[in-house]
Amino acid sequence: MRQAEHTQTAARPLTSVSLHQLAHARAGDKGERLNVALFAYDADHYATLLEQVTEERVLALFSHRGASRVRRYPLPNLAGMNFVIDDVLQGGVNGALNLDGHGKTLSFLLLSLEVTL
Amino acid sequence: MSFLLGSGAGFSGDRTDAAVAVVAELIKRQQPAALVFETLGERTLAAAHRAMRDDPESGFEPLLDELLAPVLRDCLDHNIKILGNFGAANPSGACQVIAELAAQLGRPDVRIAQVHGDDIRQQLHSLDLQRWEAERLEMPSDDALISANVYLGAKALAEALAMQADVVVTGRVADPALFLAPLMHHFDWRWDDWDRLACGMMAGHLAECGAQVSGGYFADPGFKDVPGLATVGYPIIEVEQDGSLIITKPANTGGCVTEQTVKEQLLYEVHDPANYLTPDVTVDLTHAEVRQLATNRVAVTGIRGKPAPERLKTTVCYEGGWQGEAEISYAGPNALARAQLAAQVLRERLVFRAPAELRTRLDIIGLASVFDSDSGELQQSTAPSTSGDYRLRLAAEHSERRWVARATQELLALYCAGPAGGGGVRRQFQRRVFTASYLVKRSDIHAHATLFESSAQDTHRSERYAAS
Repeated sequence: MRQAEHTQTAARPLTSVSLHQLAHARAGDKGERLNVALFAYDADHYATLLEQVTEERVLALFSHRGASRVRRYPLPNLAGMNFVIDDVLQGGVNGALNLDGHGKTLSFLLLSLEVTL
Repeated sequence: MSFLLGSGAGFSGDRTDAAVAVVAELIKRQQPAALVFETLGERTLAAAHRAMRDDPESGFEPLLDELLAPVLRDCLDHNIKILGNFGAANPSGACQVIAELAAQLGRPDVRIAQVHGDDIRQQLHSLDLQRWEAERLEMPSDDALISANVYLGAKALAEALAMQADVVVTGRVADPALFLAPLMHHFDWRWDDWDRLACGMMAGHLAECGAQVSGGYFADPGFKDVPGLATVGYPIIEVEQDGSLIITKPANTGGCVTEQTVKEQLLYEVHDPANYLTPDVTVDLTHAEVRQLATNRVAVTGIRGKPAPERLKTTVCYEGGWQGEAEISYAGPNALARAQLAAQVLRERLVFRAPAELRTRLDIIGLASVFDSDSGELQQSTAPSTSGDYRLRLAAEHSERRWVARATQELLALYCAGPAGGGGVRRQFQRRVFTASYLVKRSDIHAHATLFESSAQDTHRSERYAAS
């Protein structure tokens, strides 16, 4: 497993990286509600995720899909957090015209978010 | 001594050779064990009911024979209990197939139990129903109703095991209850021992999707590498009397069991981790920890339980009109412009060739599809290469078949009347199923088990029991 590539230097300017570099995720659906569980590869990055991968940013990321509400449940023991996103599936597995009615691919949409280190 | 839970399949359509390595490992361990097949997704049951309308002898897992044939004899000979929701809409039909298969394999003495009580179509209107979570849908009309099933807990399944069943066949039950039941039977845990129930339920939760905890649905090359994905080992969970869990997999299989694979599955389809609702217990995962003990061995600790919810989830499936899809490819120089022109031609055609209420969506696969919205916002904001390999996809739905047929035929017509170089059209349409979920009072549901007796008259037995 490759860890995120980043070297600590005192005067290093802030760098923007894809969340995909720092974390892994899995999505699951129930009706019109999607959950995406997000976990830091390195527990040291958990605080960064907590600070930057906020409910507001996730709601904005999924707004084009009609997301109406995002709740985030932090799980510090697992260096992770669970996002529950409402009304994002445009009909869900039974009603969606999307190729992926379950929204299973959307874990990687979350991982495309940029974070700064 | 721990009890071993093996997974043989995680959904209808899963690998049918996965159970072989699991059973070989269970036999090698010489410990009490059960093998579970979870093959009943939300929509799978509606498909099974539809199949049964056309053929009364269908309605159970179509691959049942293929799943069980390689392992049934070994399981019977080594007292490995088999549990599966492969009964779907017709558990007694599944029992009949298993009885015949066992007889062919030289074990006509097989004891098969059937779980009853999940099918509540007949009672639906007399039940006190509450809307489930954020669901908005209204109750369907009687003629649109396909199925109505309660997610049963583990009790009736444990009852089946107490009848010394070798194989337990169910319709709709909470998936992890298939795994909890043999633990309840073996360890004789109390039904209000919430912490242990929670551990057992989460053992089931971790294993119910088969390889998803042991390296399946996990690989991301260069980031999360998984060895031997083509022969990924399906999970085995070691459960102790005190409820402690270790997740592992058969020797000499592909895949991997790591803290990362276990964490991803622990939260799979979970909403509030402090209140994961199951029929038998409310699970609190907020104190859960995962720890790698050795290669392909991960312990999960800190799972806590709270009293089970007062109501049980029921999913109702009903007719949802028709949905169709059709696709055409464009590749090479200026392919994107040709695909976009094809999309524009279709939009223009559908305005006068189909009624206004036809709901459609156009994707350009290769540019933006699964992440996009129905209105195609990402297609407009993405700046791609104009040359490439793109596939225009139309999806359409309508209550009447003819308009879905018409819309998808319009894509087909792009062959001769659309942009240059289009090819590879695929077109299909089918009835669609809508689902709505409700909560029913636990006291209104009467789940129980019976031993199956093979006979021609039993084909429709599930129907009668459903109404009782």
